[in-house]
Amino acid sequence: MVQNESGMFGTSGTGDTSGYGGLVRQAENPGSTQRPYGGYFDQVADDLERAYPDFADAIEKVVVDRGELTLHIKRERLVDVARILRDKLKFEMCMGVSGVHYPTDTNRELHAVYPLLSVTNNQRVRLEVSVPDIDPHIPSLVEVWAGNNWHERETFDMFGIIFDGHPGLTRILMPDDWQGHPQRKDYDLGGIAVEYKGATIPAPSERRSYK
Amino acid sequence: MSTYADPYASSRETTEGTVFSVTGGDWDSLVTEIGQAKEERVVVNMGPQHPSTHGVLRLVLELEGETVTEVRCGIGYLHTGIEKNVEYRNWTQATTFVTRMDYLAPLFNEAAYCLGVEKLLGITDDITERASAIRVMMMEFNRISSHMVALGTGALELGALSPMIFCFREREKVLNIFELVSGLRMNMAYIRPGGVAQDLPKGAIETILETVKDLRKSFKDNEKLLVGNSIWMKRTEGIGYLDLAGATTLGITGPVIRSTGLPLDLRKIQPYSGYENYNFDVVTADTCDVYGRFLVRVNELEQSLRIIEQAAKKLQATEGQPVMVADKKIAWPAQLAIGADGMGNSLSHIREIMGTSMESLIHHFKLVTEGFRVPAGQVYSAVESPRGELAAHIVSDGGTRPYRVHFREPSFNNLQSTSAMCEGSMVADIIGAVASIDPVMGGVDR
Repeated sequence: MVQNESGMFGTSGTGDTSGYGGLVRQAENPGSTQRPYGGYFDQVADDLERAYPDFADAIEKVVVDRGELTLHIKRERLVDVARILRDKLKFEMCMGVSGVHYPTDTNRELHAVYPLLSVTNNQRVRLEVSVPDIDPHIPSLVEVWAGNNWHERETFDMFGIIFDGHPGLTRILMPDDWQGHPQRKDYDLGGIAVEYKGATIPAPSERRSYK
Repeated sequence: MSTYADPYASSRETTEGTVFSVTGGDWDSLVTEIGQAKEERVVVNMGPQHPSTHGVLRLVLELEGETVTEVRCGIGYLHTGIEKNVEYRNWTQATTFVTRMDYLAPLFNEAAYCLGVEKLLGITDDITERASAIRVMMMEFNRISSHMVALGTGALELGALSPMIFCFREREKVLNIFELVSGLRMNMAYIRPGGVAQDLPKGAIETILETVKDLRKSFKDNEKLLVGNSIWMKRTEGIGYLDLAGATTLGITGPVIRSTGLPLDLRKIQPYSGYENYNFDVVTADTCDVYGRFLVRVNELEQSLRIIEQAAKKLQATEGQPVMVADKKIAWPAQLAIGADGMGNSLSHIREIMGTSMESLIHHFKLVTEGFRVPAGQVYSAVESPRGELAAHIVSDGGTRPYRVHFREPSFNNLQSTSAMCEGSMVADIIGAVASIDPVMGGVDR
């Protein structure tokens, strides 16, 4: 995924005469990794392939970056893969789910990231599922790891990802009647300008800042 | 229903049945009134202002007589949107925010975040030995101060007042060390991406070693108050039972899972900041109950002291080494110093940038206002906090600000086990069970 950003300060339409406004920056997230992955990652991938015949169909890509293994999984296969990881590969614990909103990643705007821990083998892997904004449904993993209950509620609360099959998907941190999902990138931070010694300091999201 | 209006326990009819508001006064009149209801089942709202719920935790209890049939937690009263806020601050400023999440373990929040940022930057191996040793020492002191609150308030909530007084006295000594080293007693933003904010002041090691000696003696004395105490054991043994299978599927970490006999401690199995170079034992218990968790915390104190002593030795050996990475594009140029009015930029640095070097001034200004850029990608960095696996999932888009920071909070996760521990038990045992999880609402709600 490539993201383009132009300008350097966080605002537009101001009288920026520094020239920095014309800068274009391109940030690229690490792409798919080819074997060998290194460390125990090859072993995990081999074991998963052996234990799960539809491996090639379920995995979108494998990313090894900064010493961490990420398996990008199709959402239809998430529960199957999770079960196999738990039962066959001994990933006994799921450390929760964290949402990420990439508005520029067309048709894959919402990502859910599941860090798994194997106590038996002392290994970690990460599952990542991406879904489009217009159809934000991901099957729930509460059946596989009961501890994901609150984590999925939080991700629903903050990103609006709907976890199908969750026993009670309601808001958990925000009030029940809250509008919108605060951690999405299209949800503004808000805040009010503050006067300090005669000068007005704008709200954090309105301040000029470097990108 | 009642024939007179009780000013302390008024009742009103709702679609859910009669609702009683108990505010004090004569309990008998309430009992008489409830006694007239047909159902035995009573729904009780405990919290969010109940003093024994560790802050603003709300528990919705369904009772049959004194037996709890259902417990639901209501959380979110302390949600402060820190994760959203840091997306509008640069990478260094974010430490000031994340330190306020779990306010009893500020250094662990900073460590999880900073280790993550360093991993993203690829400078994990560049962190100096001295900086790592200071981090380890401060984290272990923090573990002690956090356990002191857990043990003290836990005892207080079950009616033992003296342990609370003693625990807070010991905690004060640890906070004095924090103040000595960082200038602040809590929320110190002391650990920064690349190292720590400043080196130890002169004579700090001596004070630290003295405090360790003092604490070790006090811990031995305090232990006698509760360990093996028959009243304490009656309130804690067999209470809040959660076995290994339950803890694993619920993703429980920290003292709660160690009380089931599993030695799961990230400092041992996935060491960070050089923990592999320290000698210490992972404390476990096998009773799966409140007493087991209490014992785990009590015994972890001594292990923390052991680590602090070893860290102090390393600090004596590395005297004069830098506490920040050498890369001037990451390390803030100012060495901070404690002045008469608290911590701030050191005067010698101000003199240099204002009086002698224009380039230093420009560099300082650029780095502080603009910050540094972190290559795009994501990491998950976990540390063993006093409550379990505290991890930061950090995503960068290559800019000067975090794209997304998510904290995997052990308090948040472990609090889910309240229902598993409490359903079927007596009302009075809920207090002990919740206290043994040691949830900190600042961490739960973030």
